[in-house]
Amino acid sequence: MSIQFKSITELRAMLDDKLISPLELAQESHKLANKYKKLNCFVTMDDDFSKKKAGAINLNQENNSLLSGIPLAQKDLFCTQGLRTTCASKILSNFIPPYTATAVKKLEDSGSITIGKTNMDEFAMGSSNETSYFGNVHNPWKKGYVPGGSSGGSAAAVAAGIVPAATGTDTGGSIRQPAAHCGITGLKPTYGRISRWGMIAFASSLDQAGPLARTAEDCAVLLSIMSGHDLKDTTSLNVEVPNFLSKLNDPIKGLKIGIIKEFDLSDLDKEVQTRFEESKKVYEKLGAEFVDVSLPNISASVPTYYSIAPAECSSNLSRFDGVRFGHRAENTDDLNDLYIKSRSEGFGDEVKRRILIGTYALSAGYYDAYYKKAQQVRRLIKNDFDHVFESVDILMTPTSPSTAFKFGSKGAQNPVELYLEDLFTISSNLAGLPAMSIPHGQVNSLPVGLQLIGNFLREDQLLNAAHIFQQNTEFHLAKPNMEDF
Amino acid sequence: MIWETVIGLETHVQLSTKTKLFSRASTAFGAPPNTNVNLVDCGLPGVLPSVNKEAFYKAIRFGIAIGAQINQTSIFDRKNYFYADLPKGYQITQMDLPIVLGGSIEITTDDLSKTINITRAHLEEDAGKSIHDEYDGFSAIDLNRAGTPLLEIVSEPEISSAKEAVAYMKAMHQLVTYLDVSDGNMAQGSLRCDANVSIRKKGNKELGTRTEIKNINSFKFIEKAINYEVKRQIKILENGEKVTQETRLYDSVKDETRPMRSKEFANDYRYFPEPDLLPVVISNEEMQTIKDKFPELPKEKENRYIKEFNLSAYDAQIIASSKSMADFFEDAAKKTTNYSLLSNWLIGDISAFLNKEMIEIHESKLNSVNVAMLINRIDDQTISGKIGKSIFEEMWVSGSSPDEIIESQGLKQISDDGAIEEIIMTVISDNPDQVEAYLGGKDKLFGFFVGQVMKLTEGKANPQTVNKILKEQLKK
Repeated sequence: MSIQFKSITELRAMLDDKLISPLELAQESHKLANKYKKLNCFVTMDDDFSKKKAGAINLNQENNSLLSGIPLAQKDLFCTQGLRTTCASKILSNFIPPYTATAVKKLEDSGSITIGKTNMDEFAMGSSNETSYFGNVHNPWKKGYVPGGSSGGSAAAVAAGIVPAATGTDTGGSIRQPAAHCGITGLKPTYGRISRWGMIAFASSLDQAGPLARTAEDCAVLLSIMSGHDLKDTTSLNVEVPNFLSKLNDPIKGLKIGIIKEFDLSDLDKEVQTRFEESKKVYEKLGAEFVDVSLPNISASVPTYYSIAPAECSSNLSRFDGVRFGHRAENTDDLNDLYIKSRSEGFGDEVKRRILIGTYALSAGYYDAYYKKAQQVRRLIKNDFDHVFESVDILMTPTSPSTAFKFGSKGAQNPVELYLEDLFTISSNLAGLPAMSIPHGQVNSLPVGLQLIGNFLREDQLLNAAHIFQQNTEFHLAKPNMEDF
Repeated sequence: MIWETVIGLETHVQLSTKTKLFSRASTAFGAPPNTNVNLVDCGLPGVLPSVNKEAFYKAIRFGIAIGAQINQTSIFDRKNYFYADLPKGYQITQMDLPIVLGGSIEITTDDLSKTINITRAHLEEDAGKSIHDEYDGFSAIDLNRAGTPLLEIVSEPEISSAKEAVAYMKAMHQLVTYLDVSDGNMAQGSLRCDANVSIRKKGNKELGTRTEIKNINSFKFIEKAINYEVKRQIKILENGEKVTQETRLYDSVKDETRPMRSKEFANDYRYFPEPDLLPVVISNEEMQTIKDKFPELPKEKENRYIKEFNLSAYDAQIIASSKSMADFFEDAAKKTTNYSLLSNWLIGDISAFLNKEMIEIHESKLNSVNVAMLINRIDDQTISGKIGKSIFEEMWVSGSSPDEIIESQGLKQISDDGAIEEIIMTVISDNPDQVEAYLGGKDKLFGFFVGQVMKLTEGKANPQTVNKILKEQLKK
């Protein structure tokens, strides 16, 4: 029986009805990964261990969770004990962590099976998965097109139906934008909702783990398990974790949805605009009310982000020095030479670019003008959101200005072109707010995503609004034709 | 030309917490390389720091003791630089908002006291250790020390001589050991300092160009390094040249300072707030608990010793000046009642031995039970004070108990009147000429007879008894 394109909810029913065993399910998932090797969505597979673990699962136990026996894929920046973790970088291409990231550990402790580690932009720096040391990932909807990034491998693996869900991380849109480009559902939770322990840092104050799945309901299943305070991450929030499944079906009549005035959609592709207008109508029909709101400082999001994120990354990536782990250059003269050669060989261009930008932004004489100023603007942007959420429940924007694009077509000459991919997604990272992307149709046979941004810790409202939308539309059920792979 | 010296000290105090500042690895000294190291300490990808509140409590205790302002909200910053023993490529420290602000320390030199103001004291983590000479062709890294909590205490440039600098460091040592903030062990690097030294013409208001001497870790070296540096700077200026602002190292073998390679300090540290840590807030309740449990300081101890143990002001002051000595005295005083004899021994013979080896009493083989026993044996006349000294020498070397030594070497004092009388009679009858001379008025010969008795008893005769009986017998 094929398991391709099945959701967690569907696979759960198959397991519970004994139509398939956890071991068979893991084997099927591995088979699909093999079959679609050309997608290049995996960096490392976990064949033996995942099958052993799947074979040992006893579904008759009472304490089984919704994830017992469900195969998942983990973005390759979550450390996994004994399983190579590369961040899609040469510098970590030989790194086998002696510990597992809290978010992944929670999923595995719930009985899910990690079948492998997914490809990504190197150190999560990119919006197209083209910066990976392990090569481009194809968009399952169209060969030679990007899946988005940085969680491109996770999004492609879910869109191709290899696994029902995967983990991702989102620093400026890295869950939502690939979810949009691959026609699946992705959620970036509130900053601090999920522990960052064991998640290799890009920009500490912006990074947040989250799920990519076929439905909002499946995202709710994963979020419920991944969330929670962790003593090993003092920035994780010490708040109660609600059952995100309980409110999914609440009616959304009277839901106040804000449309951000400052985002001028008339610049976008006409079809992208049309999808957006159509989705507004869906929500109106379901009883939601639309309000125009103003976030006066939001236009500063992209430059603010590109001062803060590289600054933090320049410091976070200092530990990759060839001394204790990872790639070390050969034939070096002295310590300085070891650093220069190991890092020059180990990092790709985009990572080097951001380390340089960040080093500059933190340098004596520039700190006040860049990093400090950016933090001040960040505060203003957050204040704008706080103000707006006094009068609306959620905000709605397109996830991305365009659909997936051809390999090499954006950013090759001017990196800023690619940075603008994150125009709509970046501000919720700066403000630490939860946001998700759901599929809402296609443009030129490629999926487009709808972004919902929620108030602090109100993932429940986002998931409710997304689930009701999916109960009343069929966009999330669309499957790519995988003939080319 | 009369020159004036201006010194500011940056003191690094290793806090005596059980675990590191941002990880739960042990801080114990002397473990095999890289054994007190966990995932956080070696800066593996994806790991995060979490704070050790005990370090904050110790820093606050120090702040209260010097009358400083305490910032109850602590923010940490990253100081970025590459070095092989700095695992993350940055040190977590406090830049803009140190936990301790202001305060002052009293120092005494040649019976003159002076107040040195403190600029600030902040918490930071230590780096690991690079070992360059043990493995041919390789440098080795030991991360045991990486992440150990340090309190960096910065003084105002108000110290005017090497002597004052030493007094400052001694006062600092006394304070941090008394507060149980640090073990103060300089040889192990628990207390070390960087000295900023400059000179100017006497009467000038403006400061001269300073040099920074890094990482000095003994009282002796502080004095020598500063004296060398001051002489060097005077020579430069008197030759009409200029002092270069630079970082220098003190070489104790050659007794000189020399510049560090420019590479080692020409850094832009790119400080920015540590995004992996939320601000750490110390509550008012926590502050109150710290104040309630505040340890007794030297002056308070001194007064208590005078009252409780009837010590002289002089003795009390000397014993209370060292935490190690005061702890030892108080422990021993639980097991003997002759407090003045105890303090005499501590200040006299015991201190002489300690000073000779330049160690503190807790680092010696002596323990309070044995020393109290020695005092008791002298006090109850089991042994004489003189025998006591030889027993003490044995205790110093072997750490044995006085009773064991007395027993095994048969040193028990002869206090039995009959036995002593018998020996005295022998001495008198063996030396008839001297007896005649003594009786003829040569009083000084009395000492000769005592000496003869002691010789025959191998010094074990109770001197008071000998004196008494000898006088009686000689008169007969």
